[in-house]
Amino acid sequence: MARAITTQKKVMWTTLAWCFGLLMFFPILWTFLTSFKTEATAIADPPVWFLFDWTTQNYADVQDRSNYPKALMNSIIIAVGSTFLGILIAVPAAWAMAFVPGKRTKDVLLWMLSTKMLPAVGVLYPIVLLAKWLGVMDSRILLVVVLMLINLPIIVWMLYTYFREIPGEILEAARMDGAGLRSEILYVLTPMAVPGIASTILLNIILAWNEAFWTILLTTVDAAPLTKFIASFSAPEGLFYAKLSAASMLAIAPILIMGWFSQKQLVRGLTFGAVK
Amino acid sequence: MSIKRTLLTSVVGLALATGIASADGHATTITIATVNNGDMVRMQGLTDAFNEAHPDITLEWVVLEENVLRQNLTTDISTGGGAYDVMTIGTYEVPIWGKNGWLVSLSDGMADDWNADDLLPAIAGGLTVDGELYAAPFYGESSMVMYRTDLMEAAGLEMPDAPTWDFIREAAAAMTDRDNDINGICARGKAGWGENMAFLTAMSNSFGARWFDEDWNAQFDSPEWAATIDFYLGMMNESGPAGAANNGFNENLTLFQQGKCGMWIDATVAASFVTGADSTVADKVGFALAPDNGLGKRGNWLWAWSLAIPTSSQKQDAAKTFISWATGPGYTELVAANEGWANVPPGTRTSLYENQAYLDAAPFAQMTLDSILSADPTNPTVQPVPYTGIQFVAIPEFAGIATQTGQQFSDALAGNQTAAEALANSQALTTEEMEAAGY
Amino acid sequence: MATAHSKSAARLMIAPAVFVLLVWMLIPLCMTLYFSFADYRPMRGVFETWIGFENFIRFLTSSSFLSSLVTTLQMVGGILVITIAGGVLMALLLDQPMFGQGIVRILVIAPFFVMPTVSALVWKNMFFNVDNGLFSYLFQGLGFPPYDFLSQSPLLSIIVIVAWQWLPFATLILLTAVQSLDSEQLEAAEMDGAPALARFRFIILPHLSRAITVVILIQTIFLLSIFAEIFVTTNGAFGTRTLTYLVYQRVLESQNIGLGSAGGIVAVILANVIAIFLMRIVGKNLDN
Repeated sequence: MARAITTQKKVMWTTLAWCFGLLMFFPILWTFLTSFKTEATAIADPPVWFLFDWTTQNYADVQDRSNYPKALMNSIIIAVGSTFLGILIAVPAAWAMAFVPGKRTKDVLLWMLSTKMLPAVGVLYPIVLLAKWLGVMDSRILLVVVLMLINLPIIVWMLYTYFREIPGEILEAARMDGAGLRSEILYVLTPMAVPGIASTILLNIILAWNEAFWTILLTTVDAAPLTKFIASFSAPEGLFYAKLSAASMLAIAPILIMGWFSQKQLVRGLTFGAVK
Repeated sequence: MSIKRTLLTSVVGLALATGIASADGHATTITIATVNNGDMVRMQGLTDAFNEAHPDITLEWVVLEENVLRQNLTTDISTGGGAYDVMTIGTYEVPIWGKNGWLVSLSDGMADDWNADDLLPAIAGGLTVDGELYAAPFYGESSMVMYRTDLMEAAGLEMPDAPTWDFIREAAAAMTDRDNDINGICARGKAGWGENMAFLTAMSNSFGARWFDEDWNAQFDSPEWAATIDFYLGMMNESGPAGAANNGFNENLTLFQQGKCGMWIDATVAASFVTGADSTVADKVGFALAPDNGLGKRGNWLWAWSLAIPTSSQKQDAAKTFISWATGPGYTELVAANEGWANVPPGTRTSLYENQAYLDAAPFAQMTLDSILSADPTNPTVQPVPYTGIQFVAIPEFAGIATQTGQQFSDALAGNQTAAEALANSQALTTEEMEAAGY
Repeated sequence: MATAHSKSAARLMIAPAVFVLLVWMLIPLCMTLYFSFADYRPMRGVFETWIGFENFIRFLTSSSFLSSLVTTLQMVGGILVITIAGGVLMALLLDQPMFGQGIVRILVIAPFFVMPTVSALVWKNMFFNVDNGLFSYLFQGLGFPPYDFLSQSPLLSIIVIVAWQWLPFATLILLTAVQSLDSEQLEAAEMDGAPALARFRFIILPHLSRAITVVILIQTIFLLSIFAEIFVTTNGAFGTRTLTYLVYQRVLESQNIGLGSAGGIVAVILANVIAIFLMRIVGKNLDN
């Protein structure tokens, strides 16, 4: 008896959840479908769902007009590079804040977070002038550094909250055993912090991948990533929905796939200290 | 098959991008920034043809949507430049940037067959500062009326070659059939100095209005502007499409191609699109001059997308070689051979309009030429003004001001405020901005 | 129990992060501050180093400043309300027993991976467009007249786009919190006959409060700087000009770097006021 009710309930929840899930996913699905239509089918009235002549012509056209592999490479290098550079700087800082808190630790942390609120366009000219003066405009290294700086506060904060969850006694024990600072971090702390670090990395790759102000204004050709690639397909003359969809899919597919494969990891670690 | 090909090119491209991108060390590489308009994309597609003639120059393309392009170019040029060797800019920017000493003069050093004398004087004039030509026109445009001959006939009307605004409004109302998704008139409503303000400023000229009086006082409180905006809003509300306040050039082009517009007043370059393969109404399109009100000025503008070289470029000779190729008579023939005469970039050279093959292929050629020739940027308004430019005012502050006033009028078109409110707000903000600029 | 040795080591370890952020903060910020007191208009070739507070006065007294402030608050507030209410419901839903939970979760979080430019372009053209958008067909099918979302409800349209992108984020964080809920307590309450709403109000919501504060804090930081969505959809028209967008217009469209820099400084100050305010709440919440 009880079992039957559970199944019934389960079916109900399943239906409801799938409805919401599909609703959320629908815009992406629609873009995906449109990317395989001809321009005329893309704006057909009434809309065409699945029964049309699927064509990959849009992808070929997009390919012809721009250098997708290069933009993809740049996006990967910039997103991954800035994330790892950020982790490198943030791990020691977060470690120290979590385990050797001083009087002003909290203030420092909050101050770091507040730098994130700097409105980008307000410092556009200073950054461009500096970059030109240093001769690093349109270089990947510039974007790696800038995006690292933008996301560093988030990285530090996320890591800090994970590290705080690690019981201090374990460290004390390690210290008693005569472990140095380095081995303390390497052998005791790191293994326990891996899930947290992993989800921090994932979140920051996503944020860096999608950053669309600096990546557009600080690049020309050599370092131009996918955000700039998209800008050459938005609103040209004539019909463009299908080509725009194809370009959009190309721009979001890599990160979408990465996200899907690592979603368990992301979900597990994404708490920002929200759960005690 | 095509998926496989796509994959294959991706892999090869990846290898190229990461490893052997700079294999040929001798070639000079120039970076070209351009708009993603059809004609420019075609130019990018002809890169191979350029390389056949000039194997020593490699072209690196940055093709961007207009607004993003402008962000990139202005940021670059106003901080000393250096990122681009060739920039695609318009009639508004060229005189300002030229005067600032940011552009290289093209009065000499161009290829021998480039022939500056062949350029249409009205177009070349807009790109010249103190006798120096600072940019080469890639294509030129004015604006005109494009209309559906079949709908016009069904309405029992005949379009004169030089219509008045009253006729346009009346014809628009007669053609409108909202049940069948036909809007009598399509015109720009999307906010932006290059969108609705280009249209409205040009239109206001034919109503006797002006942006500034001779002492640079904003004139949005004048009866002429009120008449312009009232007429515009009235006509668009009667016969315009539902989302008019979001429609720019491209949105209207799509509507017209789908057969949803009776008339469309916009750039002459659109003529080859509405009569081209993408258009469902290609064989039913007629052309007429932009309307007037009998005051001596028509509502047509003048614009040329042009190629210029920033003085910061280290490769000015190669850049000149490229510009000579892309804006020279040879390029026209190249496009004609590949894509047909109707698709050549229009509105820059006298010789094109003397070419019988072009005149035969392009039914809109004569009307385009007449529109361009009837535009006079040095004397744009009925009353005297201290500025030049027809659909713009050639001062650096204009883009910022007009984008904001454009938002006011767009808001009025959307029905969120009245014409009087939009005009009062525009007057206030223009006065404010001009004061800030020190006028 | 930290020793003096580990204290100094700790300082050493925080130093790089603090240093790079200080440099990042100070150099551009000082330059912006310097420009904000200057008459700097590159298009006119004007650069006058000191004009006092003129830029600030002009920026603060212009009519667009207050309206942009209101717009910013409305936009951020609207998005926060939608994402948190939706996130709580979605998290509770995803926590129920069901078939294919993993796939549903993937579907729900997918929008978070889409870049803002792309989602704005897709929504604007393929959904909101009056002539060819899907919503328009939907309206037609239901017998309503066509509705131009971007000019009739511009703020709401942008809120929908951004909320769509951030709802997954809120859901994820809230889901982790929901999963840590003490199920025995809930069951006991159910046994006692407490109605679902009461259980939600007195057990679930208090448990989630901390996660909700975190979502508010993190999202506010990102939402204050929304740019691409406005740039792509309305370009600041129809009353969608936020403070960030106003600064953008001053800097890039009007090419008045001095005035724009003053606006940037004002925005930094206001953002920090909000930040301090938020941190107070969160800081309290974080401590225990």
